Parts: sequence; C-alpha cells; structure tokens
Amino acid sequence: MITKRIIPCLDVRDGRVVKGVNFQGLSDVSSPVELGKFYSDCGADELVFYDITASAEGRALFTDILRQVAKTIFIPLTVGGGINTLDDFDRVLKCGADKVSVNSGAIRNPDLINAAAQKYGNQCVVISADVKRVDGVFRVFAKGGRENTGMEAISWIKSCVERGAGEVVLNSIDTDGVKGGFDIEMLRAVCDAVNVPVIASGGAGCAEDFVKLFNTLPKVDAGLAASIFHFGEVSIPELKKILKENNINVRL
Amino acid sequence: MIGIIDYGVGNLFSLKSSFEAIGEEVFVSGDKEELKKASGLILPGVGAYSDAAEKLRKSGLDDFVRECAREGKPLMGICLGMQLLFEKSFEYGEHQGLGILKGQVVPMEGKLPQSLKIPHIGWNGLKFTKECPLFENITEGDCVYFVHSYYAVDCEESLASTTEYGEIMTAAVCKDNVYGCQFHPEKSGKVGLEILRSFSKLCK
Repeated sequence: MITKRIIPCLDVRDGRVVKGVNFQGLSDVSSPVELGKFYSDCGADELVFYDITASAEGRALFTDILRQVAKTIFIPLTVGGGINTLDDFDRVLKCGADKVSVNSGAIRNPDLINAAAQKYGNQCVVISADVKRVDGVFRVFAKGGRENTGMEAISWIKSCVERGAGEVVLNSIDTDGVKGGFDIEMLRAVCDAVNVPVIASGGAGCAEDFVKLFNTLPKVDAGLAASIFHFGEVSIPELKKILKENNINVRL
Repeated sequence: MIGIIDYGVGNLFSLKSSFEAIGEEVFVSGDKEELKKASGLILPGVGAYSDAAEKLRKSGLDDFVRECAREGKPLMGICLGMQLLFEKSFEYGEHQGLGILKGQVVPMEGKLPQSLKIPHIGWNGLKFTKECPLFENITEGDCVYFVHSYYAVDCEESLASTTEYGEIMTAAVCKDNVYGCQFHPEKSGKVGLEILRSFSKLCK
C-alpha cells in the first residue's frame, strides 16, 4: 500500500535557508542545497521550498539555487512563494520543481489554478491554504497569514480542487508554532470535502503528533513540518521508525 | 551514450540530472539522426496520452522508436512513456500507442475503492513478478514514486513488477530489449538511481 509521506519544509530568503538550523556534520546549515541533501539522505519523502524573498534579485538567486537542489536530490520537490502567473510556474518547473504551490496568487486570481492545471496537469498544482478560526468559522488568510480574506476556508479549498488543484496543503494558523499537535478538527473538515491528497501542516511538536494525525485521520496523506526537523527535535529516521511501530505504512 | 527523446512533452531536467548523478553521459534530442547514435533510448512523458501520441507521430519519432525496439536497442519508457509502448489507451477516448508491447492502458476511475484518491500519488512498494535486469540492485518491497491516473493491463507478456493501490497495478515491464516503469525512477531516491544505473549497464 501507499506510504504516508513526511515532508520537511525550508523557507528560503535571498538564497539562504532562514530560521537557524543546527545539525552536526553540515558545514553550511543555511545552504538550501546542503540541507536538502541532508533531508533527502535521511529519508524525507519530498521537499518543499518556500521562496520568501521580496526582491527580483533574490528571486533569480532562488531559481539558481533550485536548479542546484534539483541536480543533487532525486525526490519530489515542491516550490512555493511568489507564484502569481503561469510564467512563475514555468520558471520553477524548468529548474526541476515537480509541483508548484500557490497561495496568495490563487486568492488574487483563482483562474491561475485552472490555467496551470490545464497546462501542466492537476498533479503539478498544489493549493496551499493558511486557515484560522475567526468567531468559530474557518477563514482563509493571505499574505503569509497576515490578512483575513473573509473567505470561508472549506468552500475555498473545495473550489480550488474543482478548478484543478491536485493536492492541498492545509496550514492551520491556530496550531502553527504551538507544537501541541496538528489541527485534527480543521484537517477532518478538509478531508471530508475533497478527494485529492491532503498534507497536514502546522502544530507538529513531537513524533506522537504524527502518529495521532495518521491514526485519527487515515485520509491525510502527508505531514509537513519545519522547525522540529530543522532543530533536530524530531529526526526523520526516528519518526519513521515510530510510525512503523504504530502500524503506519512509511517508506524506510 | 544514452539519448533522452525530446518530443515536446514534459520537463527533462530531472531525468538528465539523475543520469549525470550516476556518472552516465546522456543527451536530450528530438532529432532522429542524433538519437540514432545513442546506445540506448529513454522515452519520457507526462501529460495527456492523446497529445503525446500525436506529437510522436507528427515528428515521425513513432516509427523511429519502433525501429529501434526492433533492432534490439535498449529502450525504456517512463510513466506516460511506458504507457505509450502499449497498443492503445482509453484515456479520454481510445488512442493508438506505439504497439511495441502487448497491452492497453485503462483509467483507475471506477476500478478503485471509493476511499482511494486518484491520481495515485506517492511512494509505493514494488513486487517482482519476474526477473528483470532493471531490478538487479534493488530489493522487493523497495518504494518508488508514482504519479498516475491510468495503468496498464493485459500485459502479462512483459509484466515484471506490480504495486498495490486498491488494485494490483503494473509498475514495470520488460521484454527483450524493451523496458518500462510506470513510476518515476528519477524521483525515487537511491532506488530509482539504481534502476537507471542498471538500464545504463544494458546500454554499454
């Protein structure tokens, strides 16, 4: 049977991985190429790179870096951040990305999803949504979680899938950074609404959070996290071992 | 040198890089004269079957690929490239393939339990159904990366490996000098690179 995926996420600004990381045996912990290789070697099933650069120079640098990463690592690569046009899709796909994740760009222009799915296939288009409860309702936030769009999240995600998004990354702003576990309630609502892979993001603090995620919601396909992997609080080989011991199918 | 056939579908960057990573020289070309010089050929492909089959025909590469297969040159189809090796596909209608291998390609839609999502995306384990040189350096149960919504059936003659996703699905085929992988070896980590290495050895 298909395995559950474990996905580390790297934020890149001006060609460097941000949020300090601390690993032994890595000479340059803020090099996306070195960190990417490290994660790939220790069993990550996929890598996500978010470009959080603001400048055009930084963006060109990111494209260069991406090409180097894709030359070194032979697992699926997803790229997000600053994807607003088909040209942006084209730019990162040509550098070796397999999937492109859209967030604010799709909120501004939902037709981007249709156009990209038609041109590159549904499997290539990932809708990434930052969602937060406001007065008991799931709302979509834009601009890295800073701006409430007022849109109801589940219907937004559903509409993105209908437009052709082949995968959903659900980032719960409510649980993000708290390290108290994934947002099961929010994830369940999304899993019930769509029939494409759902990637859980936001809230992982320990290996048991992943066990709980996959046991409670078998429809969730993957767990994504950043800092707990970067800071070595959870190592991917150890995490996969624990998942396996809990009868969750993973690639070892 | 191995030639990667460029007929205008999909991105060949990762495929080329993965051969380079195992120290194999490869070139990407859509030119028959160039490709003739290759010691082995890769037929890649992503996207729609009808579109890809049409592009192969229009460029005349369909006859070229058939001829290479007949002559005994090692040929490996990857993902949609593997599906094109068969006689036909029922992806949105009925479309002729290259007919190099016996078999046809059918949709997962309607055949899988409701709980399973389509496409089949992710890492899944391989079961071997016969000996195949591509598997020389890998182990049964090893996981590889799949992304597809259609799969090959009626291909017992060439079937070399299956994977389980609701149904038992064709994962790899081999017959004489013709090979195919439904999964993406260039995205399947070390296991994938070993498969490409084994193919390269066949091209020496």
